[in-house]
Amino acid sequence: MALTAREFKHQAEVALHDVNLQRALAKAKGGFVAKRRAAVAALPEFEEIRTAARAIKNHTLANLDAYLEQFERKVEESGGKVHWARTPEEACETIQGLIGSEPRQVLKGKSMVSEEIDLNHALEQHGHTMVETDLGEYIIQLAHERPSHIIAPAVHKTREQITDLFHTEHPKYGLTQPVTEVGAIVDEARQVLRTKFLNSEFGITGANFLIAETGSTVIVTNEGNGDLSQILPRVHIVTASIEKVVPTLDDMSTLLRLLGRSATGQEITSYTTLSTGPRRADDRDGPEEFHVVLLDNGRSTMLGNEFRDMLRCIRCGACLNHCPVYGAIGGHAYGWVYPGPMGSVLTPLMIGLENAADLPHACTLNGRCQEVCPMSIPLPDMLRALRFKEHERRITSARSRGALRAWAYLARRPRLYQAVTGLAMRVLRQLARGRGRFRSLPLAAGWTGSRDLPAPQGKTFQAQWRRR
Amino acid sequence: MSGAREEILGRIRTALLAGGGDAGLARKEAVRPALQQDPVTNFVDKLKAASASVTRVPDLPDVVEAIADYLQHHHLPTALVIGNDPPLPELAWPADWELARRPAAGDDHVSVTGAFAAIAETGSLVMLSGPGHPTSLNFLPDDHIVVLRASQVVAHMEDVWALLRARDGGMPRTVNIITGPSRTADVEQTIQLGAHGPRRLHVVLVAG
Repeated sequence: MALTAREFKHQAEVALHDVNLQRALAKAKGGFVAKRRAAVAALPEFEEIRTAARAIKNHTLANLDAYLEQFERKVEESGGKVHWARTPEEACETIQGLIGSEPRQVLKGKSMVSEEIDLNHALEQHGHTMVETDLGEYIIQLAHERPSHIIAPAVHKTREQITDLFHTEHPKYGLTQPVTEVGAIVDEARQVLRTKFLNSEFGITGANFLIAETGSTVIVTNEGNGDLSQILPRVHIVTASIEKVVPTLDDMSTLLRLLGRSATGQEITSYTTLSTGPRRADDRDGPEEFHVVLLDNGRSTMLGNEFRDMLRCIRCGACLNHCPVYGAIGGHAYGWVYPGPMGSVLTPLMIGLENAADLPHACTLNGRCQEVCPMSIPLPDMLRALRFKEHERRITSARSRGALRAWAYLARRPRLYQAVTGLAMRVLRQLARGRGRFRSLPLAAGWTGSRDLPAPQGKTFQAQWRRR
Repeated sequence: MSGAREEILGRIRTALLAGGGDAGLARKEAVRPALQQDPVTNFVDKLKAASASVTRVPDLPDVVEAIADYLQHHHLPTALVIGNDPPLPELAWPADWELARRPAAGDDHVSVTGAFAAIAETGSLVMLSGPGHPTSLNFLPDDHIVVLRASQVVAHMEDVWALLRARDGGMPRTVNIITGPSRTADVEQTIQLGAHGPRRLHVVLVAG
C-alpha cells in the first residue's frame, strides 16, 4: 500500500486540525478504555491467564518451525493446502494463481495481513472485484481509504460521513434515501452485501490463530461476515502470518480469554470460528477448496533479534486505544498498515527504519501500552531500541546526533554538568525577564511551535537535593 | 512458491539458534476462570447478557410449543429451514408447518438447529458442520433457534475440545462458537445487532 510513514510529522499536524477526525476520535477513545477496564476487573484470574498466555507464545516461538510443520501436515490431512510466502509479492502472486485469470468477484473478511500485502490492489490489477464485507472495511473501501485502527477500521469516520458515503454509492442498488440512524445504516449495508455473499466464488479471510494440533484456522468476529465469506463461496483462502500458530485448542482458549476483553471489552465475541480443510464428502454446504497462505515478511528475522517478543502480539488493539499519541492523531498519520505503539514497532521492522524514522519517536514513553498489553510486550523498550538503532545508523539528523553527543559528554561529567545547568538556568531566567515563559527560542522551534517553554524557577534539582 | 517453504523454515531455525525474547517463562497448566454459579445457570445468564433469549422447558415434547410461541411473539412465519442433528429428529412438528431440511438460502427467515455443546463460562453454543447441520443455518436466516439439552452444557471451552477429540470422525470442516446474535460497532462504536448474521438468537433449553 502507499507508504507515507516518512510524512508522519506533517500528517500528524493535519490530523490534529481535522475536525471530523477529532470528533470521531473523541467518541471512540473513552469507550474502548472503559470497556476493557470493566472486562478485566470482572475476571479475577486475568493476570494469571496473562502470564500463562505469554508462556504459551514464548514456547511456540521457541519451537516455531516444528509447530508450523505440524500445522501444515494437519491442514493437508484434512484436505487443504498450505502455501508459503516470503514476501507480500509472493503472497499476492499465490492468491492470484488460485483465483485465476478470469475476472472474479472476491469476498473478503477482515484481515490485517491482507492489508500488509496490499492484496486488494494486486488482485484488482488482474481485473478482480474485491468486496470488503466487514462493515467498517466496507465503509472505508467505499471511501477509498485504509483502516485507521486494527480492529475498528472506520473509527475515524463520523456517522454523518457514512450517511453521505452510502447516499453517493448506493443509488445504483436502488437505495436512494439517505440513511442517518445507526440501525438503518447497518441494515442498508446488510442488504447490499447479502447479494454479494450469495454470488461469489472466492472468499478470503484472515486468521487470529492457527492451531497446530488440528490444522484449523480461527477467526474471531462479531458480524458474521467472515463466516458468510467462507461457507458460501466455492474456494476459501486464508491469509495468515507465521506467528499466528499456537500448539493446541486449549492454548487458543487461553489466548481467547484475553483477546476479546483487551480489544472490545467482550468476554468472547459473537463468533469464534474454526475452519479445518474443505467441506467433507457428506457436508451439504461449505467450500470445496481450502488454502492457507502463510506469510513471513520479516518475521523470521524478528525471531532472531531483540524484537522477538513483538511476535507475541495478538492484534487486539489495546495499545492503540490507550496511547495518547494515537488518541490525538488517529491511525492514518502513521502512514502504513499498523498504527499506534504496535505499529511504531512493526512498521520500521517491516518496511525499513529509514522509511519510518519518525514512528519510534511518536511516543511519550508513558508505558500505558505495555501495561494493557495482554501479551506483556515491552513496547516502550522496543521503541527505545529503535531510536538507538536510528542513532547508530545515522538515520537521525546530524543536529540531533550532535545534541545527544553533547548531552552524553555533559552527563558523564557531574561537575561540569552542574556548572553548565546552573549557568543555563540563570541565563534562561534572565532572558525570560519575569514573564516566566518563552514563546519562542532558537533551536527549540519544535517545542515552542505548539506550546510555551516555562522558564526555570529557583535552583537546579541537584542544588536543592544537596541542601536537604 | 518453490523454495519459499524451505527458506522460511531455514530462517526460522537460524533465528532460533540465535535466541532472543523472554524465553525463561515456564509453560504450565493454564488457568480456567472459576464459575460463580452452577454451569446451567451461568450459561443462561451469560447467554442473556450476550443479547440472546432463552426459554426453559421441562421436556422434549414441550419444545415445539416453545418454538410456536417464539414465532408468534415475533410475527414470524411457520416456515422453517431445519437441521437434522439431535434432538431435532425426535420432535413432532405440526402438520401445517412448512419444514425444509437443507442448507439455508438468502431469504430464509427462521432456522432451527441442535448444538454439539454449550459453554457455561461464556454463554456460548458450539455448532459442528455435518450432514445434519449445514453451517449456513447458523448465519443466513434472520432468526436462529437452537434446541439444547441442559446436559450438553459444559463448564469451559476446554471441555468442548475434550468432547471433540473423543468424537468419531475428528474435526469437522467448521466449528462455530456462537455467543449471541450478529452485531457490529463499526458506526461510531454504537452496538447494533443483526449486522450480517442472525438478528436474533433464541435457545430452547430442555431440562436434563
